[in-house]
Amino acid sequence: MAKITFDGIEVEVEDGTTILQAARKIGGDVVPPAMCFYTPLKGSGGKCRVCLVKVTQGSARDPRPMPKLVASCITPVQDGMVVENTTNEDVLNARKGIVEMLLINHPLDCPICDQAGECDLQNLSYEHGVSATRYEEPRRTFDKIDLGPYIQLHMTRCILCYRCVYTADQITDKRVHGVLGRGDAAEIGTYIENVIDNDFSGNVIDVCPVGALTDKTWRFKNRVWFTKPLNAHRDCPTCSGKVTLWSRGDQVLRVTARKDEYAEVEEFICNTCRFDKKEVSDWTIEGPRNIDRGSVISANHYELPVINVPIVPNLPKSTVKKMPTE
Amino acid sequence: MGIKILTEHINVPGIETLEMYRKHGGYRSVEKALKTMTPDEVVEEVKTSGLRGRGGAGFPAGMKWSFLAKPEGVPRYLVCNADESEPGTFKDRVFMEKNPHALIEGMITSSYALGANTSYIYIRGELLFVLRILEKAIAEAYAAGLLGKNILGSGYDLDLHVAPGGGAYICGEETALLESLEGKRGNPRNKPPFPAVKGLFQSPTVVNNVETIASVPWIVNNTGAEYAKIGIGRSTGTKLISASGNINRPGVYEIDLGVPVEEFIYSDEYCGGIWKGKQLKAVVPGGSSVPILPAELILKTAAGEQRLMTYESLSDGGFVSGSMLGSGAFIVFDEDQCIVRNTWNYARFYHHESCGQCSPCREGTGWMERVLHRIEHGHGHQQDIDLLVSVAKQIEGNTICPLGDAAAWPVASAIRHFREEFEWHIKHPQEATAPGAVYRGQLAAATV
Repeated sequence: MAKITFDGIEVEVEDGTTILQAARKIGGDVVPPAMCFYTPLKGSGGKCRVCLVKVTQGSARDPRPMPKLVASCITPVQDGMVVENTTNEDVLNARKGIVEMLLINHPLDCPICDQAGECDLQNLSYEHGVSATRYEEPRRTFDKIDLGPYIQLHMTRCILCYRCVYTADQITDKRVHGVLGRGDAAEIGTYIENVIDNDFSGNVIDVCPVGALTDKTWRFKNRVWFTKPLNAHRDCPTCSGKVTLWSRGDQVLRVTARKDEYAEVEEFICNTCRFDKKEVSDWTIEGPRNIDRGSVISANHYELPVINVPIVPNLPKSTVKKMPTE
Repeated sequence: MGIKILTEHINVPGIETLEMYRKHGGYRSVEKALKTMTPDEVVEEVKTSGLRGRGGAGFPAGMKWSFLAKPEGVPRYLVCNADESEPGTFKDRVFMEKNPHALIEGMITSSYALGANTSYIYIRGELLFVLRILEKAIAEAYAAGLLGKNILGSGYDLDLHVAPGGGAYICGEETALLESLEGKRGNPRNKPPFPAVKGLFQSPTVVNNVETIASVPWIVNNTGAEYAKIGIGRSTGTKLISASGNINRPGVYEIDLGVPVEEFIYSDEYCGGIWKGKQLKAVVPGGSSVPILPAELILKTAAGEQRLMTYESLSDGGFVSGSMLGSGAFIVFDEDQCIVRNTWNYARFYHHESCGQCSPCREGTGWMERVLHRIEHGHGHQQDIDLLVSVAKQIEGNTICPLGDAAAWPVASAIRHFREEFEWHIKHPQEATAPGAVYRGQLAAATV
């Protein structure tokens, strides 16, 4: 076990845990954001640099500070480590700079983007970015690429987190897409207009932090904040069958894997569940899904209405409404 | 003129053949090391010599070797980094082209010291003709029993391979090089783990520059203590300098570390002064990635001391008034060179060569290039200068590998030392974009 101090909060974690995971154990506002790191994917992380933190004390044995800001998602903790995130001005400034870098070539087309409302980049720029841009050159654009009947790739929005590459590597038999080119001309692609065709290909949509990979069966059907997320399951021969249904009225508009508060999937699901089972009758509904991520989809959905506030004093007891408490 | 360790026989006709190379004392170190020394003794000699990595960072080679993890049953590798592709460097190419056996001898001795039974030379893809020269020399060495099984009857086996890169600058970064050597996309790895623990094929690996490895035979032959006598302080030995730019005698020079910069530029033995007797404007002393220094700061430090060609002296003053020895690519600018145009050119190079893995470098290098392009072509705004400084700061230190720093330093230092020139470009776009127009205000101020 290693004891570290993160933003003044002490936490004890297993040896070999990364700083980011230790911070997530604390939870709340001190957790550094992460755009490329994805716990279920081995080898991910270290690329987007938004999770940079300052290590002011390397360990109890070697108390020297680390000379540069380190990526918290890939740096393992040492016993006695002292880390500063929200309490360090340099970290916040560096993060602001990196958010700016991520946005200079991003089209900022949130009003017409399907990811809007549940987009990690949107949340990141709200929380850590600046409102104005200093970039006046033309932005990088790409044509939309068809990756088969289910997945649409729009590279213009991509931040090259490599998550979809790791997903295809680790949960499917054969990866047909990858990163082509280098520098800011790098792009996700299949090189010769290949089709991503396997039972688990749809998961690349779930891991994409932005609107670069979108679900064709859902595109432009609705805005995510108008839909109601429901936990549901079915007896699926290929995957666990545990999903979140996004419905409006009695229509199931979209099926995704269940994601936790850091937008990481709990279990990957198969394409049959995701794309073909869009009837309520296909599913056993478990109940509403609480989305506790900081985005508009969770706004106003789950807080209990403010009740029993005595606006008019001395009302008779019969007027007090009984509401379920948490 | 000092002792020649690396280039003594470089111009002997036929030195690229094994026969001629042996006639001039070649492969003596292999015999000495394999027959009379233990691997640890060789490492100890290199440590004593104070030899520092010649690829740019200047990390002590002996220390790097001693960090190599040695778990049981896991192979170890030595990889020679011959992916020399920084603008201004051409020392390794000349060396390998003329004297391939010297590198092979260094590889055998060094591999023996590290206990590696397979070693690789990763060569820049554009240098295909050098690869052929090396392969021919390796075939000769195999035939003479200097490579392969049971070298010279010592019981030590070594296989040496040459692998060409695909022409990416980033593959000169050691972990990107290893990825590329494994046949993957040349993206730098996250560190830790360092190559000394998990390098090539997940095994402990040492990556050294051509010049570093080629210095080892001399150290083995003449002892490390002898090597440490050359040079000044912690900068020991000799260094190949690729001198280019507006000088009378551009080329590769082997110098004892510690030669004064002024002597190096103006002495007939080396660069022979500025071309056509013009005035010196600026120098990039260690390859395009190190900070540029104006004439007054390259000849003397900010404290007024004479600047020497050593790791310490060139970096005296930090990044405020110093630079780095880097890989020894000495680029000289005369009074007719435009710093803005040159900075843009460097920025263009780094934009093109960024691997695109981590966001500050991927986006920032392109941004800097576009802004510099705008300034150079007469469309700059006054706030662009501060913008460049700020973008450079946003990249520096926040990236996976040093390419981000390498892209940020030339821009930041050019603005630090030549800010007036940038301002002049923005204020007088018509004058500045006229063919051959150069800002001379700073030179006038310096001479007064």
